[in-house]
Amino acid sequence: MASSTSSPKGKPIEARSQRSQWSDRSFTWLTRILAFGVAAVLVFIGVQVAIDAMPAIRRYGLEFLVTSSWNPVDDAYGALPMIYGTLVSSLIALVLAVPIGVGTALFLSEDFLPRPVRTVLSFMVEMLAAIPSVVYGIWGIFVLIPFLDPIGGWLHQNLGWIPLFGTTYRGPGMLPAALVLTVMILPIITAIARDSLISLPPALRQAALGMGATRWTAIFRVLIPAAFSGIVGGTMLALGRAMGETMAVTMLIGNSNDLNVSILAPANTVASLLANQFAEAGDLQIAALMYAGLVLFGLTLVVNILAEMIVQRVNVYK
Amino acid sequence: MEHTAQHTDVPALKNTETAIATEQLNVYYGDFLALRGVNMAIPERKVTALIGPSGCGKSTLIRCFNRLNDLIDSFHLDGRVTYYGQDLYQDVDAVQVRRRIGMVFQQPNPFPKSIYDNIAFGARATGLKTDLDALVERSLKRSALWEEVKDKLKTNGLSLSGGQQQRLCIARAISTQPDVVLMDEPCSSLDPISTLKIESLIRELAEEYTIIIVTHNMQQAARMADYTAFFNAEATEDGKRSGYLVEFAPTQKIFDQPAQEATRNYVNGQFG
Repeated sequence: MASSTSSPKGKPIEARSQRSQWSDRSFTWLTRILAFGVAAVLVFIGVQVAIDAMPAIRRYGLEFLVTSSWNPVDDAYGALPMIYGTLVSSLIALVLAVPIGVGTALFLSEDFLPRPVRTVLSFMVEMLAAIPSVVYGIWGIFVLIPFLDPIGGWLHQNLGWIPLFGTTYRGPGMLPAALVLTVMILPIITAIARDSLISLPPALRQAALGMGATRWTAIFRVLIPAAFSGIVGGTMLALGRAMGETMAVTMLIGNSNDLNVSILAPANTVASLLANQFAEAGDLQIAALMYAGLVLFGLTLVVNILAEMIVQRVNVYK
Repeated sequence: MEHTAQHTDVPALKNTETAIATEQLNVYYGDFLALRGVNMAIPERKVTALIGPSGCGKSTLIRCFNRLNDLIDSFHLDGRVTYYGQDLYQDVDAVQVRRRIGMVFQQPNPFPKSIYDNIAFGARATGLKTDLDALVERSLKRSALWEEVKDKLKTNGLSLSGGQQQRLCIARAISTQPDVVLMDEPCSSLDPISTLKIESLIRELAEEYTIIIVTHNMQQAARMADYTAFFNAEATEDGKRSGYLVEFAPTQKIFDQPAQEATRNYVNGQFG
């Protein structure tokens, strides 16, 4: 490279060297290929699953989504119970985890505790995400399900007239699966909500307090609204995780392919269905499973698009 | 540390009451003495400017007046800060203090809400039962922003220019009808035209409110303040800078016949 130590005034400034220009261009192309490569993987997986699902799509069409038999012997397949199970288990988990997670995030982002204690607590909450899901499954089987026994019994006995508690508690089922999902998505919601609360400019809190607002008002009228897009984003990420979670759910949900409104009864999710049946599936069954996988793919896609739309709409800094 | 005797003669207050006063006020962050021995009596419905070099404790002082320093863990003080004679640090709810003593910050900090909601925030937060539309209009007119924003009250306050945002913050601060408005270098991030607008606005506001303004700009103090306090800082043994009040007098006296050599040097631009 031609670079002289002295640069007298008036001497022309050199053009960027050939070599630098070449490396600039190569780097641009490299990153371009990588970025498109990632997108291509997504499209490729989607297309491949769709192709493999074709026989089932042709045979069952959209009826697949609304019928509820799953019988490999008769080749009768309908994924309604699993779609229902996926949505309901995720929704229960979300309804429980959002208040707990946002509350935890608030507590950890305020100065109620000395900073070192908060740091340790935040770390521990985030550690929940590091526990392998099979461990959650085992914990669910040996700890949560027995623990829920009296609670499930009480719910059915006293609130049995509500369809949600309409069956007796038999152990594995929707309730323990949804509760374990709650714990599993908690760290995502907490970590993202806490980050978005912490990253708010301190001027915002000072402005609110300077106006004579109490800490309550500052939190609920200013800080949470300002961090709302982050909180929603984290929630949607958690929902995606809950819908796709396989191992822990399959160990706890009872894997029953019958549709049952009661959360005390065994149920199934799409992810759990796939994990259970692929190994021994015949041709058309594989196509049906691929179809179910495609549906799950579509569901998570819809959730993510919805999340993006909500975040765009409520983005207060725009 | 012994407090050196200082020239802190309170300006002769003719027919004006004292809004905020300090008595032997020492402010600490942990062990560090940030501001020492401040005695001041700030008259009501006047503009009082606090000037001085960086690190002399001007901002620290006004944040004692609305107890915003309470947010800092290591902060504590001794001596007294009084508001119409009442000690602000004795059995007083800081939230109530801030409803009487509003504040405008150095960086415009509107809430990420609509212009309307920015102004209405104070009334809503304090449970004031009032006609919000009228309040918003009155506050924005008072801060000379109404004509520019009356057709877009629903747009986000952050979409305004810096000078407009600062006037929005002033409108927000006066919307709850405080007695005192503290301003911490409100023009330092603004262009000269916005600065002039805000200065003339401050002059008008002084008819109703007690204004205490921190500024780095001596011309600004000379243009708009009735009284000026000059603070200075001196290095302590451990190399930090500790602030103290040098002189507090009518602005004209500070600029024309300061009693202290340090004040004379500072206002003549010979250090600082």
